[in-house]
Amino acid sequence: MSWMVWTVPTAIFFSAIAAMLAGMTVWEIVSPTIERKGFLPISTTRGDRLFVGLLSAAFIHLGVIGYTSLSIWLALAASLVWLLVLMRWG
Amino acid sequence: MNKVHNNRAWLLVLPMLILVAFSAIVPLMTVVNYSVQDVLGANARFFTGTEWFKTMLNDPGLQAAFLRQIVFSLTILAIQVPLGIGIALIMPKRGWQASAVLILITLPLLIPWNVVGSIWQIFTRGDIGLMGWGLRQLGVDYNITRNGTDAWLTIILMDVWHWTPLVAMLCYSGLRSIPEAYYQAARIDRASKWAVFRYIQLPKLTNVLVIAVLLRFMHSFMIYAEPFVLTGGGPGSSTTFLSQSLATMAIGQQDLGPSAAFSIIYFLVILLVSWVFYTTIMHMQKDRNPQGGA
Amino acid sequence: MSYQLDNVQQGEKYNNIFSRITPAQRRKRNTRSRLRSRLLLGLYLVLMILPIYWLLNMSLQTNSDILGSMTMWPENITFDNYIGIFTNSSWYMGYVNSIAYVLMNMLITICVALPAAYAFSRYSFIGDKHLFFWLLTNLMAPPAVFLLPYFQLYYSVGLFDTHIAVALAHCLFNIPLAIWILEGFMSSVPKEIDETAYIDGYSFPKFFVKIFIPMISSGIGVTLFFLFMFSWVELLLARTLTSTGAQPIGMIMTRTSTASGIDWGTLAAAGVLTILPGILVVYFVRNHIAKGFALGRT
Repeated sequence: MSWMVWTVPTAIFFSAIAAMLAGMTVWEIVSPTIERKGFLPISTTRGDRLFVGLLSAAFIHLGVIGYTSLSIWLALAASLVWLLVLMRWG
Repeated sequence: MNKVHNNRAWLLVLPMLILVAFSAIVPLMTVVNYSVQDVLGANARFFTGTEWFKTMLNDPGLQAAFLRQIVFSLTILAIQVPLGIGIALIMPKRGWQASAVLILITLPLLIPWNVVGSIWQIFTRGDIGLMGWGLRQLGVDYNITRNGTDAWLTIILMDVWHWTPLVAMLCYSGLRSIPEAYYQAARIDRASKWAVFRYIQLPKLTNVLVIAVLLRFMHSFMIYAEPFVLTGGGPGSSTTFLSQSLATMAIGQQDLGPSAAFSIIYFLVILLVSWVFYTTIMHMQKDRNPQGGA
Repeated sequence: MSYQLDNVQQGEKYNNIFSRITPAQRRKRNTRSRLRSRLLLGLYLVLMILPIYWLLNMSLQTNSDILGSMTMWPENITFDNYIGIFTNSSWYMGYVNSIAYVLMNMLITICVALPAAYAFSRYSFIGDKHLFFWLLTNLMAPPAVFLLPYFQLYYSVGLFDTHIAVALAHCLFNIPLAIWILEGFMSSVPKEIDETAYIDGYSFPKFFVKIFIPMISSGIGVTLFFLFMFSWVELLLARTLTSTGAQPIGMIMTRTSTASGIDWGTLAAAGVLTILPGILVVYFVRNHIAKGFALGRT
């Protein structure tokens, strides 16, 4: 495994993704999602909204890292807020 | 078709999942790990955080390659899609001719990609290639190793040659699914050829066209072997596309960190575009057939 | 639209009565436009074949003839280039290697893709749509992104420079493609067939092998064609994962450039030989291939 050159931050990152997937599965079993239409132009399920949220979070991070001198934690916070908004009203 | 909800279907998917995950997730994780470090050797590595991403996003060479890539992908789509439709419309529908034309047309798709590059490299050489030699005989100063415009045009020509068959085949199969009765009805109404195309053939083609555009966009965005063999990215860097910049960085210069960061940015862009396309296809299918769609 | 079908003959009559153009003229006009489209198609095919023809032309000449004068066809046909390839094991082993990993990949892929495609076409399960999209993203992943980790992954599990390594690596894009195509074909088989078989007492594996697979055999044929195609043409991964023991032919071809210049004749002959297996495969599936390109759904 040493060739995979793990670091603590990336390990945390992948654990968080795995936890999210596991959490979504459990949530789905407990109460199955219903497809609905929010402010996004398409009707989405819970999983779709999570995906849209994560993908836009990635681009928010890239934008902040590449073209501003803001802290990455700010990007993370903004992404989390956006993710929550999307999950609730998207 | 109404699907039965059954989570035991996961058992059927599992073998496939293990295989693909082995090939996809482990390398992807490794790329992410590389991207935040400066890897100098097995035991010498430093955590660099987001530094590589910042460098890559602001690298003028890569930005130029990215722009070039977009221009290239849009150009070949703009040529291949109408050309493919046109060829599909004039392909024979039945008999031995249909089979013969099908076999001939698929031919370029079955040639290994670097051989495609070799074929065109030979074909366009001024001394031994038919096209290069012919153009020179006509008095055109054609040279893909020195003239950037010539190199560009040749790569576009090569890609059109190589991939238009795919679009044509997709459209051909879409056209074949139109019942003959539609054409007969049009004939009774004495519809013009354009009207037949616009109101009968094109609507039936939208589905396959979306697949064609998606496949062509994806493949053209990762084009590597053909220009690498044909022009080597030159003259200068005028035909260096994204994959090639990436491969040069990763293999040629052994810059693992930056090339990994670049890979991730590249991958995210592809992911975004593909998701938009995919969602569009699925919603189009849902509109047409409310129960279907996978 | 079916009423129009019944009215076709009446329509012809109507056409004949009211059309200002006589049937003979119309037929003539049709023939003319037919001729024009045949001409255009012929022109495209000729232009398309030209580069391949040129390769063939060069492969039948000696290097001095190639470099000597410009000829549209080989004046002194020679098969030396081909003989050279078939008598040199370092050359023909390239073909053996390529064919070996392509066949392995086709076998592995079809074995795991069939049940998975069945699951996607018949059942809904937690995460099915996202799993399907994730599969497709692998089709989209540029191989260049994965080169280095692949090298290290296969090196660390001791598979570097084996055929199976390339076969497994090509599963990355071939399995999603196979599932995509097969799912379309399977969805066009009515579900009642499954249900009847289960009522008749078939177990799932027996039903799948005895009834279902024969029903979608043309779909499987088309899928195999695509698997062959994409595994055969891909060389970036194949090249990275092999050194000498399993090197694909496309890589060996780069050896033709030596210090004394490029051996054009051999390069061209090797190129022609890489096209042949493709022609063979497409010949077998020619009647199904148009259907397969619509990925089962039309």
